[in-house]
Amino acid sequence: MERLPILKIGQMLLVSIQVDLRDDMVIALQEDLADRIVETGARGVVIDITALDIVDSFTGRMLATIAALSRVLDAETVVVGMRPAVAITLVELGLSLDGIKTALDVERGMRLLSSARGTAR
Amino acid sequence: MTAQELPISGDADVVRVRQAVRAAAVQAKLSLVDQTKLVTAASELARNTLTYGGGGGALVEQVDNGLRKGVKAVFRDKGPGIADVAQALTDGFTSGSGMGLGLGGARRLVDEFAIETAPGDGTTVTVVKWAR
Ligand SMILES: Nc1ncnc2c1ncn2[C@@H]1O[C@H](COP(=O)(O)OP(=O)(O)OP(=O)(O)O)[C@@H](O)[C@H]1O
Ligand SMILES: [Mg+2]
Repeated sequence: MERLPILKIGQMLLVSIQVDLRDDMVIALQEDLADRIVETGARGVVIDITALDIVDSFTGRMLATIAALSRVLDAETVVVGMRPAVAITLVELGLSLDGIKTALDVERGMRLLSSARGTAR
Repeated sequence: MTAQELPISGDADVVRVRQAVRAAAVQAKLSLVDQTKLVTAASELARNTLTYGGGGGALVEQVDNGLRKGVKAVFRDKGPGIADVAQALTDGFTSGSGMGLGLGGARRLVDEFAIETAPGDGTTVTVVKWAR
């Protein structure tokens, strides 16, 4: 099965979703990310969904699960690059991404993570 | 565009249905937001067909009512059917491990929505989204 690549950038992990997401890839990503957080001691995870043309209930649940599990492993997750049409649709679908940090792009997402860490210390 | 019949028997088929609905929505000149809403609804319904209906198929076609163009998508399975449709449509109700948002959410995202189902008789969900 095709797996989504996870890049390590400094203390952070970056997942840039560039393909049409199949449900099995989404499930694999959760597991891979948990492994990589533990393995690398990463403090932050940035998930770039710029290329995603929809987020449905399954993908939304995956984002929430990743945010929750990374928190348990002492890392913060930021979802970046959500398209406006996707955001509008998510609200109407009834999916609230409560508890998930968001930023406009990867750069801002990374800055958000490092400043959150900075004040925590 | 003629109607397109697509099987739904695995995760990759759900992706293909989304792509077919997107292509039809672009052709019918739906706005980007309306395309996104329709494709999201189709994704929810195709996944339900797979997860609860045990697989089935989707029919995707362009429609024209003389005034407007639109896209119609029909999701069919021969699964267990839905005994209590009102309950199934309620946000938060799931008989599986989902969030119970798919069916009710899909209804909100489209212009026309119909369910035909009976216990033991499978489920057919029809949705239409019109270009504005
Ligand atoms: N095609 C179907 N055949 C039989 N039962 C169905 C079908 N589609 C939906 N249902 C029933 O309706 C319930 C609600 O569906 P809905 O899509 O709203 O939520 P879900 O799939 O459980 O969770 P989510 O879509 O949020 O991941 C399902 O849990 C299931 O019991
Ligand atoms: Mg569902």
